[in-house]
Amino acid sequence: MIDHILSILIFFPVVAALFGAMVQKDSIRAYGIAVSTIEFILALWLWYAFDGSAAGMQFMESIPLVASFGINYTLGVDGISIFIIILSTFITLIGIASLGDIKNIKNMILTLLMLQMTMSGVFAALDAILFYVFWELSLVPMLYIIGAWGGPLRVYASIKFFLYTFTGSLIMLVGMLFMAYFYYQATGEWSFAILDWYRLILPENFQLWLFAAFFMGFAIKVPMFPFHTWLPYAHGQAPTIGSVILAAILLKMGTYAFIRFSLPLFPDASVFYMYPIAILAIIMVIYTAMVAYAQKDIKQVIAYSSVSHMGIIIIGTFALNVEGISGSIFLMLGHGIVAGALFFLVGVIYDRRHTKMMSEFGGLAHVMPRYATIFGIMMMASVGMPLTINFVGEFLSLLGFFKQSQILALLAGVGIIVGAIYMLASYKKLFFGEITNEENKNLPDINRRELVALIPLTILAIWLGVYPKPVLEPINNSVETIVQLMHDKAQTTEAKSRIPSPLKVLAIPKSLEEAH
Amino acid sequence: MLEPVNISLESLNLMTLAPMLIPIVGALLIIVIDTLKGGLHKTLYVVLSMLFILMDLGALTSASDTFSINGTMMGAFDVMLIDGLAILSQFIIVGASLLFIPLALTSKRFHEFSYPEFFALFLFMISGFQFMVATDNLILIFVGLETASLALYTLIAMHNRDKSFEAAVKYFTMGALAAGFFSFGSMVFYALTGSVEINQIATILAANNYADIGYVLVGTVFLLASIGFKVSLVPFHTWAPDVYEGASAAMAGYMSIVPKIAGFIVAMRIFEFLIHSNVVWLEVILYAVVVVTMTAANMWALVQTDVKRMLAYSSISHAGFVMAAVMIGTTQSNSALFLYWILFAFTNLGSFSMLWISRQKELPNGQSSDHSYSKFAGMIHTSPVAATIMTIFMLSLAGVPPFALFWGKLYMISSAITAGYTVLALVMALNSAIAGYYYLKLVVYMLMKEPVNKHNGDVFSGNATLPLKTIIGIAAVGTVFAFVAVNPLLEFVTAFVYNSGY
Repeated sequence: MIDHILSILIFFPVVAALFGAMVQKDSIRAYGIAVSTIEFILALWLWYAFDGSAAGMQFMESIPLVASFGINYTLGVDGISIFIIILSTFITLIGIASLGDIKNIKNMILTLLMLQMTMSGVFAALDAILFYVFWELSLVPMLYIIGAWGGPLRVYASIKFFLYTFTGSLIMLVGMLFMAYFYYQATGEWSFAILDWYRLILPENFQLWLFAAFFMGFAIKVPMFPFHTWLPYAHGQAPTIGSVILAAILLKMGTYAFIRFSLPLFPDASVFYMYPIAILAIIMVIYTAMVAYAQKDIKQVIAYSSVSHMGIIIIGTFALNVEGISGSIFLMLGHGIVAGALFFLVGVIYDRRHTKMMSEFGGLAHVMPRYATIFGIMMMASVGMPLTINFVGEFLSLLGFFKQSQILALLAGVGIIVGAIYMLASYKKLFFGEITNEENKNLPDINRRELVALIPLTILAIWLGVYPKPVLEPINNSVETIVQLMHDKAQTTEAKSRIPSPLKVLAIPKSLEEAH
Repeated sequence: MLEPVNISLESLNLMTLAPMLIPIVGALLIIVIDTLKGGLHKTLYVVLSMLFILMDLGALTSASDTFSINGTMMGAFDVMLIDGLAILSQFIIVGASLLFIPLALTSKRFHEFSYPEFFALFLFMISGFQFMVATDNLILIFVGLETASLALYTLIAMHNRDKSFEAAVKYFTMGALAAGFFSFGSMVFYALTGSVEINQIATILAANNYADIGYVLVGTVFLLASIGFKVSLVPFHTWAPDVYEGASAAMAGYMSIVPKIAGFIVAMRIFEFLIHSNVVWLEVILYAVVVVTMTAANMWALVQTDVKRMLAYSSISHAGFVMAAVMIGTTQSNSALFLYWILFAFTNLGSFSMLWISRQKELPNGQSSDHSYSKFAGMIHTSPVAATIMTIFMLSLAGVPPFALFWGKLYMISSAITAGYTVLALVMALNSAIAGYYYLKLVVYMLMKEPVNKHNGDVFSGNATLPLKTIIGIAAVGTVFAFVAVNPLLEFVTAFVYNSGY
C-alpha cells in the first residue's frame, strides 16, 4: 500500500466525495472531517515513510496513459513537494473542521474534497501533462467556491480568477508541447516526464523563449506584479475557506512550479532573467506593501500582504543557490500557515459583525482577548519576527539573494519593514484604543470550533520557527541536487558562476550548526 | 457494332458498396412498411433505423479489417475509394447517427418523428455522407453531398416551427449556392486536366508543373468556398446560427458533427496535394480563413444570449480549429483531426442533448428564446446531477483537462508546433482561452445565480426519457473517461491515416 500512497492521497478524497453525495445533509460535516482526517493521517504516514536524507524522488509510480505520445501517469515526491502536500491535507482538514454555518454546506464540503485531489495531484505529478491536468482542474472547485459562496461581486471575481489563470496556463501548455517536441527531436521519442526533460540541454535562445512561455503560466498563478490584479478580487469576494486555501496552497503552485520546471529546465535562461524577475519581485514586495497600507478592509490588507510575501518567495527562488531556494520553499510553508491563519482570523470577525472594514472596529482586545492574542502572534509571524516560522524562510531567501546582489536584497529587506508598518498599523486599528462602536461591546470571544483551526496553526508557526530542522533538512537535500543539476547543465560562463555548485558551499550550514 | 462490355463482377469489388447500401435498404424498407400499414408508432422506426445503422457499423468494421490487411481498396469502376480516411470518417458518421437516432424517443410529442419519412430520409442522408467520404471522384462527391443535403434540409423543415422553415430555406439557399460553387470548381479542374478523379488531377497538374496556376487558383477558391459553406468557415458561416436555432436541438447537435466531418474529408482530399505541391497562396488563404474562423466565431459567441446560438458559434470556432489540421497537412495533424472530432462528437452531442431534454413546448414569461441563459439560472439547486453533467460538457468544450476535448486540443496544438506553425499554435491556445469565457458563462448561470422563474426543476428534464438519459450518460462517460481511450484511439487513427498516405 505504501508503494501507491501518492495515488491513494490523490484519489481517496475524490472517491470519498462521490460517495459523499449519498450522505445526508446534516451529517455531512462529520463525514467531511472524517475523510479529511484520514487523508491527513495518510499524508503523515507518507512523511513517516519518507527518507529525509535521500535527495531523489521517492514513492514513484508510473502507468502509461497515452503511450504513443509519451504521456504517463507518473508520481513521486521529494523534499520540495512532500511538505506542501502535507500542508494541503492539513489545511483542508482544519478548513472543513472549522467551517461555519453556511448555506449548501454539503456542496461546499464535497467541493473541498475535490479540491484536495487537485492539490495533492499538482505537487505529486512528475509528468508535465499530468501536472497540467491537476493544475487546471484545481481552478474549477475554486471557481465554484468563490462564485457560489462569495460576496456581492462574486461572479465577476470568480470569472476573472478563472480566465486569468486559464489564459496563462494555455501559453504554458504551448511551452510544454514545445519542450516535448525538442525532446522528441533529441531522442526520437515523445516524453512529457519531467525527469526526462531534466536531462535535456537546450540552446540558450530556445531556453529564453520557453522560459517566457512557462513564466506566463506560473507568474499569473503566483501572482507576480503586474499580473496580480485578479488576486485582491478573488480574496475580497471569496468566503473564508476559499481565501484560506487560495492563499495557503493554490498560490504556492506557481512558486513550486518555478522550482520544479523553470530553474532545472532552463538554467541559462534563469540566470538571464534573474535580474528582471528580481526587480519585478521587489516592486511587488514594496508596491503591494504600500497598497496594503492604504486599504480600509482588513481582508484586503492580508490579501495584499500575501502578494508581498510571494514576492520574497520569488526572490529566494531566483537567488539560484541552495540557501535561497530552500528558504523560499520554507517560506512557502510558512506563508501557507500564517496567511491561512490570518484569513481564518478575518473570517472569525466577519462571522460576528458581517463587515471587514477596519473603521468599524477598535479596542477589540478588551472584549476578545484570546482572539487578540492569536491574531497578535500570527501578525508577528507574518512580519517575520525571529523565532516565528516566516523569519526562517525570509532570512534564508534574502541571504541567498544577498550573494547575487546586495543592493536588491537590501531593497527587498526594506519591503519587509514596510510590511511590519502596515501590519502593526492594522493591528492597532483593530485591537487597541477605546471601543468606539457600540456593536463591538458584546462580541463573543473565539469559540471552540474556531480554536480547532487556529491553535494547531499557532503551534506550528512557533514550533517551526524555533526548530525548523526536521522540515528544512529534507528540503535542503533535494534542493542541493536541483542546484547541482542546474550547475552542471548551465552552458554560459555567467550561468556557471551565478549558480554555485552546492558541493563547495556545504561548509556553511555546518558552521551554523557548530554555532548552535 | 460496339464491342460487348465485358467486366468481371469481381473486379467491381461490390463489397466496397455494402456500408452505403445497408442504410438505403433500410430506408426503402421503412417506406414499404409505411405503405403497407400506416400509423405505426415511432418506436418501431427508431428501432429499425438503429438496427440498420448497427448493420452498417458491422459492415464498416469488416471493411476496416480488410483495410488493415490489404490496404486501400478501389471498387465499382474504381469510383469508390476505401482508404483509412473513408473508414475513419464513416465510423464517425455512423457512430454519431447511432447516438442521434434514440433522441427521437422524447416524452413530449414532436410531430416530425411520427412521420416514417423522417427516418427514411435520415437513412438516405447517412448513405449520402458515406458516399461523399468514400470516393475521390468529384462527381460522386457531388452526388453524395446533394443526396445528404437535400435530405437534411427536409429533416430540418419537418421540425415545423416558424423558425424551422426559415432555417430550412436559408440552409437550402446557401446549400444550393455551395453546390453551384462545387460544380463550377470541379468544372475548372476538369477543363484543366480532363479528369474528375482527384488523384488524376494531382498527377496531371504536377506533370505540367502547375502551368495554369491562375485557373488552379480559380478552381480551388470555388471548391474552398463550397466546402466552407458545408463546414461553416467564416465568411461562409452566416447560415449556421440561424439554422441551429431553427432546427431541433438534437438535429443541431447532429449537424455540428456529421456533415462537417464529411466536409473535412473532402477538404483533405482536395487540398492535401495542393498544399504539398508548395502552392504558397493556398496556404496563405487557408491560414487566414482558419485564424479568422477561430477568432471571429469566438467573438460572436461571447455576445450571444441564447445557449444554442452560443453553441452554434462555438462549433464554428471548433471547425476553424480542425480546418487548421487540414492546412498543416502532416500525418500527425490529420490524425489529430480525427481524434479531435471523435472526442468533440461525444461532448457536443452530449451538450445538445442536454438542451434537447430541456425543450419546452411554450416559452414561459421572461424568457426570450428556447434556451436563453437565464433559463438555466440556479439549475444546481433543482437538478444537481443534470447541472453537473452540463458543467462537465462545457468544461470539456473549453478544453479543461482531463475532459475529452482537452486531449484533442493538446494533440492538435502539438501537431501545429511539430510542423513549425508556432504562431498558429499560440493563436489556438489564446482562442481556447477566449472560448473559456462563454462556456463559463453558462456554468456561472447554472451554479452561481438564483433561479429567475420559480419552478421545481422539471423544466430541465421535461423531455427526458430513459433512452435520452442513456445517450447523455454515454456522452458524459465518454467525456470524463476520455483519457483512457485516447491512447488506443490515437494509435488506431494514426495507423489508418498513415496507411492512406496522408
